[in-house]
Amino acid sequence: MAAPPTGVRSVVLRSGVYADSVKLMQVSRDVGATEGVTGVLVAMATPLNLEIAENMGLAPDEEASPEQLLIAIRATDDAALAAATAAVDAALAARERSSATAATIPLRTIGAGLDELPVDTEALAIISVPGQYAVAEAADAIAAGRSVLVFSDGVPVEHEVLLKRAAHDAGVLVMGPDCGTAIVSGVALGFANVVRPGPVGLVAASGTGAQQVSCLLDAAGVGVSHVLGVGGRDLKAEVGGLATLDALAALDADPATERVLLVSKPPAPAVAEAVRAAADGLSVPVRDAVLSADAPDLTAAVEGLLADMGREVPAWPSRPGPDEKAVPGAVLKGFFSGGTLADEAMLLASPALGEIRSNIPLRPELDLGTDLAAPGHVVVDFGDDALTVGRAHPMIDPTLRLEAISNLAARREPAVLLLDVVLGYGADPDPAHSLVPALTAARRHVPLPVVVALIGTEGDPQGWSRQADALAAAGAAVFASNAQATRYALDLLGGAR
Amino acid sequence: MSLQELLATPPAIVAAGVDVFSDALRAQGAEVHDVDWRPPAFGDPADLAALALDARRAAANRTAVERVLAAGSQLVDVQPARAVLDLPDRMLLHAGPPIEWADASGPMRGALIGACLFEGWADTAEEAERILAAGEIALDPCHHHSAVGPMAGVTSPSMWMWCLQDPVGGGRAFCNLNEGLGKVLRYGAYGPEVIERLHWMADVLGPVLAAAVRTPLEAGVDPIDVKAILAQMLQMGDEGHNRNRAGSAITLRELAPALAEVDAPAKAISAVLRFIGGNEHFFLNLGMPTAKLAMDAARGVPGSTMVTVMARNGTEFGIQTAGTGDRWFTGPAQTPVGLFLGDYGPDDANPDIGDSAITETYGVGGFSMAAAPAIVRFVGGTVPDALATTERMYQVTLAENPAMAIPILGFRGSPTGIDVLKVARTGWLPQINTGMAGAVAGTGQVGAGLVQPPQECFEKALAALAEETRAA
Repeated sequence: MAAPPTGVRSVVLRSGVYADSVKLMQVSRDVGATEGVTGVLVAMATPLNLEIAENMGLAPDEEASPEQLLIAIRATDDAALAAATAAVDAALAARERSSATAATIPLRTIGAGLDELPVDTEALAIISVPGQYAVAEAADAIAAGRSVLVFSDGVPVEHEVLLKRAAHDAGVLVMGPDCGTAIVSGVALGFANVVRPGPVGLVAASGTGAQQVSCLLDAAGVGVSHVLGVGGRDLKAEVGGLATLDALAALDADPATERVLLVSKPPAPAVAEAVRAAADGLSVPVRDAVLSADAPDLTAAVEGLLADMGREVPAWPSRPGPDEKAVPGAVLKGFFSGGTLADEAMLLASPALGEIRSNIPLRPELDLGTDLAAPGHVVVDFGDDALTVGRAHPMIDPTLRLEAISNLAARREPAVLLLDVVLGYGADPDPAHSLVPALTAARRHVPLPVVVALIGTEGDPQGWSRQADALAAAGAAVFASNAQATRYALDLLGGAR
Repeated sequence: MSLQELLATPPAIVAAGVDVFSDALRAQGAEVHDVDWRPPAFGDPADLAALALDARRAAANRTAVERVLAAGSQLVDVQPARAVLDLPDRMLLHAGPPIEWADASGPMRGALIGACLFEGWADTAEEAERILAAGEIALDPCHHHSAVGPMAGVTSPSMWMWCLQDPVGGGRAFCNLNEGLGKVLRYGAYGPEVIERLHWMADVLGPVLAAAVRTPLEAGVDPIDVKAILAQMLQMGDEGHNRNRAGSAITLRELAPALAEVDAPAKAISAVLRFIGGNEHFFLNLGMPTAKLAMDAARGVPGSTMVTVMARNGTEFGIQTAGTGDRWFTGPAQTPVGLFLGDYGPDDANPDIGDSAITETYGVGGFSMAAAPAIVRFVGGTVPDALATTERMYQVTLAENPAMAIPILGFRGSPTGIDVLKVARTGWLPQINTGMAGAVAGTGQVGAGLVQPPQECFEKALAALAEETRAA
C-alpha cells in the first residue's frame, strides 16, 4: 500500500465540519474515480484514518485531532488536483435524492398480498399461476384463513386432496383446482356471467355447466346467491367431494340461499352417496344437475328446479337460423370451448348418431387423440388441458377453433357445425367479431349449417342479444340452451337422426 | 375469516396470475389487489409443493418463531474460552461452516496464525503456518460450541468470552471480546501490535470486565439485559451489525459504575474505559451472541423451514435450518459490494466472512436497515433504499419481532425468522451488512459493504427440507 511519491498533493484539515464515515467513504470513492486523481482520503482525522493517510503518503504536516476533517488528495497535475478539491467540496455539500421508496417493493406471493389487508377484510384469493406453482399460493391463502379459487390446472390430485383437507380444517373453501367459474356474494370470479342476485345457490364441479345453469336461471328471472365452483375432480373417488360437502354446508347456512343446485358430471358412486346423504341432512333443498346417460340435460335440470320453485318455464331465448334443409348423410362437428357443454352435446347426440369421437370421449375407445380433423361425428373440447398448454383458454383466444372451422370447410365433408359461445367476465369481449367472418367464409365454400349455443345473459359485457343477432346474421341458428342447440343440430342432420 | 363470513358480503380479492381476471373484477367494481407473482427463483416445483403442503409446517414455524421471539439475553459472566467452552488445548474455533487450513482464505489464515502466536504455540508466522498446515491444531466452527465470532471469528483457549444466558430457555451463548478497528485479528491481521493487544485483552480487559460483571451479580444486582440494549439501539440509529455506536455507548454506561469499583490499578481501569469508549463496535460481540441465543432456542423443530444460522468462513457461506438440525448447507461465499478504506479497492477484498450474519438471521443488521439509514449508503443507496430493503425482508420472514421496533416504519417489529420457502418463492436473498477483510493474510480491514448469501445454500436447504418432509 506504499504510495508512489509522484504528482501533486493537497492535504488539508478542516475544523467544524463533520460527516459520518460512510458519507466520507462515498466521497472518497467518487472523487478517487475521477481522471487524474491517484489517491483520495476524505475522513475524520482519527488515529486510524491518520495511519491510513500515512500509508498513502498523504499524512498532514500539522497536528490533527479527531474532530477535524482530513481532505487528502493526490493527483497527476494541478488541474486535476483543483478539480478533485472542488469535487470534494461539491460532494460534501450535496443533498441526497431518493431513488426508491418502500411503496415500490412489489408483493410477490398470495401470502404477502393477504398480509397487507386489514385483518377484518372479507377477502379471497384467486390463483391463475402455472399449475406446478399454484399449490404454494393456495396454501398461503388457507394458512391466512382465506378461501381461494384455483383457476390453474395441472395440480396433482393428491395435492388437491391435501389442500382441501387443510381448507376444511381451517373453515375455508378451495374452489378448484382447474376451476374457471365462481360468483361469491355477487362478485364474479374467472369466467362468470352477470346474473341477477337471487335465492339459488350453485355448487358446480363444472365451469361451463355452472354458466349454462346460471344464465338459464337468469333468463327465467331467477337469480343466484352464490356459484361455488369446486373443480372438475372434486366428486371423483380420490377427492371424495371434500369441497362439495363444505360448499353445501356453507350454502345451507347462508340466509340468502333457499335452494341449491349441484352441477356435475357423474360422481363416483360412493361419493354420490356421501353427497346425497349430506344433502338430505341439510335444511335447504338440494337438486342435482348431473350429466349422465340417464339425465343428459342441464336445461331439463333447470326446468325441474323452476318447477320445484313453482316458477313457469319460459321460452328459452333463441334466434332461428335460415330455413335450412336437413343434410342427409352429414356428420356432426361439435367445436366447443366448454367441456361440460361438449359432454352434454355428446350425451344427447349419441343415442341418435351412435359413436362420436372426441378428445374428451364418452368411452375410451372413442378417443380422438390429437387428430381434430378426423372424419365422422366428432366433438372437440378446445378447452381441454391438452389443447391449452402454452395458450389462453378458447373462451379468450379463438385461434385454434377458427382454424378448425376453416379446415372443415376445406375438406368438404358434409357436416352440421355445432358451436358454443360463452359470454361473461373473462371471456372474449366480442366473440362474434372473429367468428362471423370465419363462418361466412366457410359457408361460402360449402353448405354448412351452423348451430350456436350462446351461453350468456343480457347483462354480460358482450350482451346476449347483440352477440346472438350478429351470429344469426351470419346464418347461424342461436340458442341460449345448449341442449336445444344440440337437438336442433340433430334435426338438421336429418336422416342421421 | 370463515366461509360463512365470506358468503355474507362481497369479498376483496387478492390475485396472482393472469391480468384478465383482475381486469374483469375491476370492471365489476370489486376491490382487487394484484400480487406481482414470479416463478420461484429456485427449487424443484415438487419440493416447493411438498413443503407448502406439509401439515406440520405452519405449526412448526410458529413454534420456532415463538422460541426466537421469547428468548432473552442476559450478561452473566466473562471468562476465558478455555474455561467456558471446555476447549481442548490445541483447538481453534473459527467463523462459518467447517473448513480446513488448505481451503482457508487469507484473513482466516491470518487470524489462525495470529491465534497460534498469541497462544505461544508458534514463535513465528512461518512456524504457525507449518503447524496449521500439518493439522496439529484442530479447527472447529464457533457455532459447534454455542459461540459466534465476528469476521474470521478465531477464538483460542486464552481469549476471554462474553457469557450470555437466555433467562427463558436457559441456553447459553458465547463470543470473544471486540478488538476495535484497524489492524485486528478478526480481519486477519497478526502483526506485533495485534498480538500485543490480544495479550492486553487477556491480561487486563478480560479480568476487569469479569470483575465488573460478576461482582454486581454476586451482590444480587440484576444482570445487564443485552436484548434490551439491542432494542434501544434500533431506536437510536444502529442496526446492530455494521453500526453499533449507540449500543456500545449504552454498554459502556451500564458497565461504568461497576468498572470503577473493580479492584485494579486506576490506570488499568482507565485503559479499559478508553478502549471501550474508543471502539464503536464493542457491542457487536454482545449483539451476536444475543441473536445466537434466540436462534439456538429454535433448533430442532421438525417441519420448520426457518433458518437458524447464516455464517461464513471466508471461503464458504453456510446456513442451518430449524427443521434439519445441525446440518450445514453451503455455497461459495460472495464478495461484498461497498466502500473501501484509503487506497483499497474491490480487488483487495476477501469473500464474505464471519458469524456476524447471525444478526440478520435474528432480524437485525441488514434486515433492520431501515432503522439505520446511514448504513445503506455503503452501496450508494439512500434512505428510501434502506426502507425498501427492510420491506423486502418482511416478505422472506415469518414474523415481526415486537421487541425490535423500527421507528421509521411506525415502530413495526423487525423482520424475523428467514423462511427458506419464502426465499425460494420471492427470489429475494437475505440482505447482510458486513465488514470487508483484506484478501491477503495480515492485511486487516479494507472496507465495509453489503452482501447476500449464495443461492446455492438455500437450494440445498430446500431440497433437504423437502426430503425430510417426505420421510416424515
